[in-house]
Amino acid sequence: METLLEPLSYAFFQKGLFVASLSGALLGLIGVYIVLRGMSYMGHGLSHSIFGGFAAMQLFAAQFYAIGAGLWGIASALAITTVTKRSRVGADAAIGVITIASFALGVALFAKFGTSGPSFENALFGSILGISTGQIVGLIAVSFLTTAFVLLRYRALLFSTFDPDVAAVSGVNVGRIEAALMVVLSLAILATLTVVGVTLVAAMLVIPAVVARMLTDSFGRMLAYSTIIGTLCGLIGMYVSYYAGVPSGTMIVLVGAALFIVVLLATGGRGLRRSAGLDSHSEELVAEKSA
Amino acid sequence: MTGTGVGPELIRLDGVAASYDGHRVLEDVSFHVHEDQFTGIVGPSGAGKTTLLRVLLKTLAPVAGTVWRAPGLRVAYVPQLETVNWNFPITVFECVLMSRKTGRLMPWASAAEKNKVAEVLDRLGIADLAQRHIRELSGGQQQRMFLARALLRQPQVLLLDEPTSGVDISTRHDILHLLADLHEDGVAIVLTTHDLNGMATHLPHLVCVNHRIVADGTPFEVMTPTVLENTFGARMEVLEHLGMRVVVDEAPTPFTPRLRG
Repeated sequence: METLLEPLSYAFFQKGLFVASLSGALLGLIGVYIVLRGMSYMGHGLSHSIFGGFAAMQLFAAQFYAIGAGLWGIASALAITTVTKRSRVGADAAIGVITIASFALGVALFAKFGTSGPSFENALFGSILGISTGQIVGLIAVSFLTTAFVLLRYRALLFSTFDPDVAAVSGVNVGRIEAALMVVLSLAILATLTVVGVTLVAAMLVIPAVVARMLTDSFGRMLAYSTIIGTLCGLIGMYVSYYAGVPSGTMIVLVGAALFIVVLLATGGRGLRRSAGLDSHSEELVAEKSA
Repeated sequence: MTGTGVGPELIRLDGVAASYDGHRVLEDVSFHVHEDQFTGIVGPSGAGKTTLLRVLLKTLAPVAGTVWRAPGLRVAYVPQLETVNWNFPITVFECVLMSRKTGRLMPWASAAEKNKVAEVLDRLGIADLAQRHIRELSGGQQQRMFLARALLRQPQVLLLDEPTSGVDISTRHDILHLLADLHEDGVAIVLTTHDLNGMATHLPHLVCVNHRIVADGTPFEVMTPTVLENTFGARMEVLEHLGMRVVVDEAPTPFTPRLRG
């Protein structure tokens, strides 16, 4: 018990624990939609894209880097959606071109001009120590916005995720919902970038949602479980990070990966089937039950 | 069943053409949906049946012609079961409820909504499956679930894409009777089917489609060797059995499988 309480005597750790848990919860919540829409690669791409904006803003207007990088990410997300819809280019290819080019630009800018803000490594792998009060406020604001979006547009989000064609017929503005989801996703990535890091954000979008999917067949419960799992990853990851002396982002992701393995072993084939995206029909299930 | 469509007009297509990537799928289609209509759209695969539904649904804009819908018309759609991701984490209750717009701040169902969903599920005979995952249902139960989702919107027009595709004979009968009941209750129904004997011949009104409307009328009027050949591109024999048309494939030579050894 003392071991658990000891780090809490440090203000930086209290702050870190709060930020890591909130980041985990936020990514866990939004990650459900990303995973179920088959957009995991989008999360990966967007985090890299935002890095480009992050670097560019460090160079031109460091005080506004959060706003600039956020706008950069939103613009990338909307560009990907537009390119995918209006041309024969697949979403994965569009993400590959737009976001990785943006990331390359960021690396080039950092290499050429350096930066006066958070370091290159921190942006890549996350560091809770360097997080400012402004960033914490930003994270809280984005978390409120995301929660409000999910609660207020719950059925429209669910309908457009499960069955976009029928949702459109039933009066859901699917295009607007998708665009709003992209904006919220970009903001969530931006708000958690300094905690988890560019290269690891995608993992935290995916892992809690996949673990939650292995545990339940209900959408409502999956949302709740994924948020809780994300929170736990942040919480436990921070402690392990403190004792192991490694960047917070890496430990948060490793805790998530460990949790994935534990749940996979505990749920066995049932969990795997749930998360594998099998298009299994009732015949298979009936055969399974009667066997 | 009446279904010939003499009541007030709800949807009207005039000279509609539709295409995907410049490839014309429908040409010069004029089609009206009336309040008391019960119509089956029949045709071979790729003939434009689903495209016609999409134009009726307004999810596909025509490249020529006009689409008119009665102001404030409530339309519901039941998709093909094959197009659904059955591994999506959702229970029957959650699936049915999603079509109901919430006027509340919180996403969970109100007591009135729970009662409404229970009532619709009960009407369709799947009330005891409300908490089951959608993958756990049989084909007929899955179809009923989507019907429940559609009915929760209290539609005036119900459009169904191949509602009996992949279901057994008994389930097909159940679905047909269920649709007939809904039609009796005043819902206009338009469905696509390629099942001539199991589905189309039981319907009061048929439209034969092969990129354009080949014929329309009662099964007795349109299920003729000439119309069917023009629609399906294959010769078929039409018999009469118990007052209904029965279509028999007229194969030029009997198929004899070659056995090895």
